[in-house]
Amino acid sequence: MVPGLITAALLLLFVGGCIWLWLPGHKAALDAAAQMPLDDDKEETA
Amino acid sequence: MVGVEGSYNDKVVRQFAVMTVVWGVVGMLVGVIIAAQLYWPGLDFDLPWLSYGRLRPLHTNAVIFAFGGSALFATSLYTVQRTCHVRLLSDKLAAFVFWGWQLVIVAAAITLPLGITQGKEYAELEWPIDILITIVWVAYAVLFFGTIAKRKVKHIYVANWFYGAYIITIALLHVVNNLAIPAGWWKSYSVYSGSVDAMVQWWYGHNAVGFFLTTAFLGMMYYFVPKQAGRPIYSYRLSIVHFWALIAVYMWAGPHHLQYTALPDWAQSLGMVFSLVLLAPSWGGAINGILTLSGVWYKLRTDPILKFLIVSLSFYMMSTFEGPMMSIKTVNSLSHYTDWTIGHVHSGAIGWVAMISIGSIYAMLPRLLGLQKMYSTRLIDTHFWMHTIGLVVYIASMWIAGVTQGLMWRATDPENGTLVYSFVEALNATKPYYLFRLGGGLIVLAGMLVMGWNVFKTFRLAGASTAPQAVLPPDVADARA
Repeated sequence: MVPGLITAALLLLFVGGCIWLWLPGHKAALDAAAQMPLDDDKEETA
Repeated sequence: MVGVEGSYNDKVVRQFAVMTVVWGVVGMLVGVIIAAQLYWPGLDFDLPWLSYGRLRPLHTNAVIFAFGGSALFATSLYTVQRTCHVRLLSDKLAAFVFWGWQLVIVAAAITLPLGITQGKEYAELEWPIDILITIVWVAYAVLFFGTIAKRKVKHIYVANWFYGAYIITIALLHVVNNLAIPAGWWKSYSVYSGSVDAMVQWWYGHNAVGFFLTTAFLGMMYYFVPKQAGRPIYSYRLSIVHFWALIAVYMWAGPHHLQYTALPDWAQSLGMVFSLVLLAPSWGGAINGILTLSGVWYKLRTDPILKFLIVSLSFYMMSTFEGPMMSIKTVNSLSHYTDWTIGHVHSGAIGWVAMISIGSIYAMLPRLLGLQKMYSTRLIDTHFWMHTIGLVVYIASMWIAGVTQGLMWRATDPENGTLVYSFVEALNATKPYYLFRLGGGLIVLAGMLVMGWNVFKTFRLAGASTAPQAVLPPDVADARA
């Protein structure tokens, strides 16, 4: 019973995390984070 | 001139990058030698330290921990500095990690041919070396996480999450699986016994694949594929889902190494189901990497480094489809203990791990040396084709050999239930494919020598003028303002 509830809770946490990620308000911050590997190339170009 | 604190510690990255190539050549050479021994058994010259049983763990340790490990140290320490806009936590600690890890490798290269072993696959090294590994690993963890702690940017880039998960998990796996009672300097007995020992070993063994050979190299992928393509990762959101899904599922798949053994049946089924679930995060992550090329596919025509990186992802997808399939009990009853498993492992090791490492080293090295590119792009392309052709020859021959073995071993006479073939008949049927495998391995090894030459000439080109590179401003957004 308890292991089943823990599994269900973890599954809901995962689904909730996915929904949270796709909230429109997070797009700008995530897009900026995705640019991080390219930062030093931009510095060189600048 | 940039001050020490205002520059990156690239010395340790260069050291590990060079040793990646050196250990790659050594590890693959030992692989070629044992492949030759399987075809010409007399090649051990009746010397115990050249026997197959001793050289085989030397090969696996050399390619996984020396070649793959050095590539991971090099790229993780490069990536964490560039994405945190800060120098490594401590230069002395970095030097300790490098020399400590080299000492571990040398100790393995001496003790394994001498027959000193715990007899646990991928965890053969005896307890004094295990303790040294633990000390070096803790130093590495302090170095990596300490650098993240003093970062000058708010967000921790996703590649560092993958590297971080790998560092934590490998520490856990290594300590738990190697718990043993010493019975002298070079002999110990595991604290586990029977099927518990088997389960702990394959919990370790599979997660060594999952976290050392997969999660960490995905960290490499999340930095170097966008870097080389000149575009951000296709979906940063997907990379986060990929991370959590992968680390949640991988831990449970180990029992698939023990199908039809004394392990409880429910545990075998659990391992199978989690292996099948693993297909989703594995392919999700690989597709995320490949789609990063959307709009710049033409770069594949001219950039052999990108070819290495993208083809590595193709082999990752093939291996992570094949693995779950082989974990299904009915398939496993055919594939297990045959050379199909060897083909599968090398599709992952030479295809995924080696190609992403080689591509990343080629991408990183000129940047480390203040050059625009490697000494010869043409030689990178030559290496790419040698590696790919050698790999395909290797895995195709092992697939055919493995399925042949599986079918011959299980064939029974319907009249009386006796075996149709003796073991030696199956061995004879397999033998020609061992020659093809040797040929494939030789081509891959020759490709590594081409890489060695290219790396040597690139260092010569750079000369001694490897000026330290300035750390990026605290926040790039501020710098642009």
